[in-house]
Amino acid sequence: MAYEPPVTDYDEIVENGTCAFCGCNCDDLDFLVKDGHVVGVRHACRLGASKVMEDMDQRLLVPMIRDENGELQEVDWDTALDKAAELIANAVRPIFYGWSETSIETMKHGIRLGELVGAVLDNQATICHGPSLQAVQNVGYPVATLGEIKNRADMIVYTGSNPMNSHPRHLSRYSTFPRGWFRQRGRFDRTLVTMDPKYSDTAKMSDIWIGFEQNGDYGFYNAIRAALRGKEIDQDFVSGIPKEDIMELAEAMKNVQFGALYFGLGLTHTLSKQRNIDMAIEMLADLNKYTKWVLTPMRGHFNVNGFNIFMAYEMGFPYGVDFCRGYPRYMNGETNTIDLLTRKECDVFMVIAADPGAHYPGGAVKHLAEIPVIQVDIHWGPSTEIADVVLPGSFIGVECAGTSYRMDGVPIHMKKAVDKPETCRDDEWIIRELHERVQKIKAEEAAVASK
Amino acid sequence: MEYILKNGIVYDPANNIAGEKKDVMFKDGKIVEQVSSDAKVLDVTDKIVMPAGVDPHAHIAGPKLVVGRIYRPEDSRKGVTSKKGVCRSESGFSIPSCPATGYRYSRMGYGTVTEAAVPPLEAKHTHEEIMAIPNVDVTPLPLFGNNWFVLQWAKEGKIDEIAAFVASWLRIVKGYGIKIVNPCGTEAWGWGGNVHGIDDPVPYFDVTAREVVRALAQANEKLGLPHSIHVHPNDLGHPGNYPTTVNTLDCVKDIAKNGSKRNQTIHLTHAQFHSYAGTSWRDVESGAKEVADYINNNKHVTCDIGQVTLDETTTMTADGPMEFDLHELNGLKWANKDIELETGSGIVPFIYSGKAPVPSFQWGVGLELFLRIKDPWQVCLTTDHPNAGPFIRYPRIISWLMSNERRQEMMDNGEVRVWSYKRTGLGTLDREYDFNEIATITRASAAKIYGYQDRGELTPGYNADIAVYDINPNDIDPSKEPAAIEHAFGNAMYTIKDGQILVKDGEVVKVVPSHTIWTDVKGFEEQEKTVMEEVMPTFRRFYTVKFENYQVQDHFTPNPIVTEVQAGK
Repeated sequence: MAYEPPVTDYDEIVENGTCAFCGCNCDDLDFLVKDGHVVGVRHACRLGASKVMEDMDQRLLVPMIRDENGELQEVDWDTALDKAAELIANAVRPIFYGWSETSIETMKHGIRLGELVGAVLDNQATICHGPSLQAVQNVGYPVATLGEIKNRADMIVYTGSNPMNSHPRHLSRYSTFPRGWFRQRGRFDRTLVTMDPKYSDTAKMSDIWIGFEQNGDYGFYNAIRAALRGKEIDQDFVSGIPKEDIMELAEAMKNVQFGALYFGLGLTHTLSKQRNIDMAIEMLADLNKYTKWVLTPMRGHFNVNGFNIFMAYEMGFPYGVDFCRGYPRYMNGETNTIDLLTRKECDVFMVIAADPGAHYPGGAVKHLAEIPVIQVDIHWGPSTEIADVVLPGSFIGVECAGTSYRMDGVPIHMKKAVDKPETCRDDEWIIRELHERVQKIKAEEAAVASK
Repeated sequence: MEYILKNGIVYDPANNIAGEKKDVMFKDGKIVEQVSSDAKVLDVTDKIVMPAGVDPHAHIAGPKLVVGRIYRPEDSRKGVTSKKGVCRSESGFSIPSCPATGYRYSRMGYGTVTEAAVPPLEAKHTHEEIMAIPNVDVTPLPLFGNNWFVLQWAKEGKIDEIAAFVASWLRIVKGYGIKIVNPCGTEAWGWGGNVHGIDDPVPYFDVTAREVVRALAQANEKLGLPHSIHVHPNDLGHPGNYPTTVNTLDCVKDIAKNGSKRNQTIHLTHAQFHSYAGTSWRDVESGAKEVADYINNNKHVTCDIGQVTLDETTTMTADGPMEFDLHELNGLKWANKDIELETGSGIVPFIYSGKAPVPSFQWGVGLELFLRIKDPWQVCLTTDHPNAGPFIRYPRIISWLMSNERRQEMMDNGEVRVWSYKRTGLGTLDREYDFNEIATITRASAAKIYGYQDRGELTPGYNADIAVYDINPNDIDPSKEPAAIEHAFGNAMYTIKDGQILVKDGEVVKVVPSHTIWTDVKGFEEQEKTVMEEVMPTFRRFYTVKFENYQVQDHFTPNPIVTEVQAGK
């Protein structure tokens, strides 16, 4: 990594900006602005800073529609919105997917549109922390805000997660390094444990690394639970870990003052999926008989939690909500995006601030290539390649304001720092326009039908 | 637009109108004395007319609710309805979605609801949900009873600092008054502990619930807030907790009231959960008589009940340790949500079955309190929604209160177990509420307790928030017809909010945005400035958000009703 001199050439600093990258939503960023562009970011990690500063890289700037030759052609906003509205209004089984990198304000228009046409609204939880939410529905959800951990925790456990790479400021701003009220010496007052088959960058800096076998999560947490409950462990090794070590670890976890467990996709996507997390949550409940423990899922996108929260307070269910019958339905395996796509049910797909082209399994992407896809996003990506209508949005937290929810549920108002490119529109505006245009088409249809 | 509600039988306890046949007139959203001959006539001959309902304590919006909804899809599925007319889809039974919450309150003739526990750090979330709730105005109460700043100042007896802090924080988070939940106990839960009784000091801060409650009560009266402190005392749900309750109420007895409309200096919430005698669940007895006696003899106290409705529900409270105990007791899934520097909370599903002794006992204790507290102005009808049952059961509770026969029948035919009368005094009480007392406990007393100057009465100049119920009070014996009473109070003939007809014949016909009611203290700016200088270094070091992003920006309360208070006046 070459040395980069600090940025000194800027016009103004916008303080307390929020990072629109991972679920940490760090809200202490200083944006260095010159000529209406962010040329430097202070306090952010490399991931966050590069997302903010390289905002013009492969930026979608104009609305586009795919022509009969399969080429995306620039069009004006009216044409693009009308085309998208027509597709949505005539759809039988539309899916509106994404939402995790846009604001709650945008979702408010999205849900109204979804209710109007009977769409499925789903977000990235369906392919990442969906199993966590299923586990939460099975056995519970003992969480705390990040500041509780910063101020109190003397043991931090990361499992199935490598925050040094995925959430780089998680340790430094929230969990491990900062000096807390009861942890005045910061890192020195805490024990950092990584439970992960991989010797990850987080494991490298941990006090304890427990490298259980791949897919060994379920057995390993079960064994800890057995140890906590005073049961004899029959096998000498569980998931590759000697039973003495498991007993010792269980004892250590019992004897902390305040423990925090963070888990990531390493838990949700190994063999036992949500059952891994069932076990981890139940282990937490067991530990709370002795001392205080809390957990938090390491949410990826900055507002992925926000969509789950938003859908729950609007309609009672966190994701995969199907309005096709005129009322909200939530049934895992039935109303989730991947299932609908692989069953080839969906006939129009709108993606807002997400990249299914890059993330979905092959079968699902194959169906996407066969149906009309509307993309609302700020960057060119694999999803643009399969999109039939492209509507360029703006960058929440930099170019427009909006509300988001941090991984621990703390709501943050992300403010605006610079103006968006002239030809782009705010996501909120785009979805509202679509809603109004679809409403108009529906009203005309109703008028014709009644004649 | 002018309206005249003609020939209704009016119950307006604040104006001493108890079942008089008279017209109620309103114009441009306000009650008026006279309307012109152009006024639209709504014929409500011989129907009950009351001010719209005021709920003094419910949990309807905020982070706890959403955790409940996310982790209990089985509850959300129970109340699903199709979109219909002006209404969007509903979902949920004990934790309805936001639109459903608004519609359901509206159908019962309610106009104002308190959201009783707002963690300041997540106040924006509460306000977002309030925006999503239509048709009822919402009064959020921020939590102060375990706030680290408050705990430290309470220890040092710095009342001025607490008062200034409260004044600032009400403005910062757009809150109405001071809510205290298990003072010191929730902070102890930060270490997995709890406090027992009001003189048990919390670890590290070394301050007791008595000191915290007194300090906040003094600060409340110093500012002269419209509402008193709103207290959920220690030891909720523990057999033998009634002395803690009485001691909590008694510890603020000497503090002089400073608020124009209300009489009380302490509001005891969900009194039912705090009125148990005995030492364990084996020998538990009702402590309702002792608590009711104290309330009857002390005018500085008001309460709401938290009546158990015998349903499967979702308990949720900022009393984190209590919820973990409950999870240990019933084994159902446990959610917890601790908030840095401020508070905690827990959520556990609970099945209040009339087939089980403990819920039957709790059902009896709640009703016993209702029947023993003599002055209806000191008591309000609540279920501590959703903790003792969902708010949609209010009409059923009204039918129980109005019918001794129905209560006796339930005890006789096994709808509730013998503990409902063997362990409580309910079997010996044959009092029956009349319509005027019902009007008091469901609207007038709550409005007075909150010091509202614009609702809860049919006084000219007040908001035209009116409920009409399709029963002729002179032609029904509530004692004999509980089902008819429940149906009528559950399906308002009209619900009128700010002069607009929102419900007609039990159906929502119009949807309007809700208002957020909050308190802006004036005249304390100097003290606030000083205290903020003291707070900020700690804030910067120990919170995980920047102060700029902590505040609730104005756009989170698009329809505010700001109650301005002159500090000390």
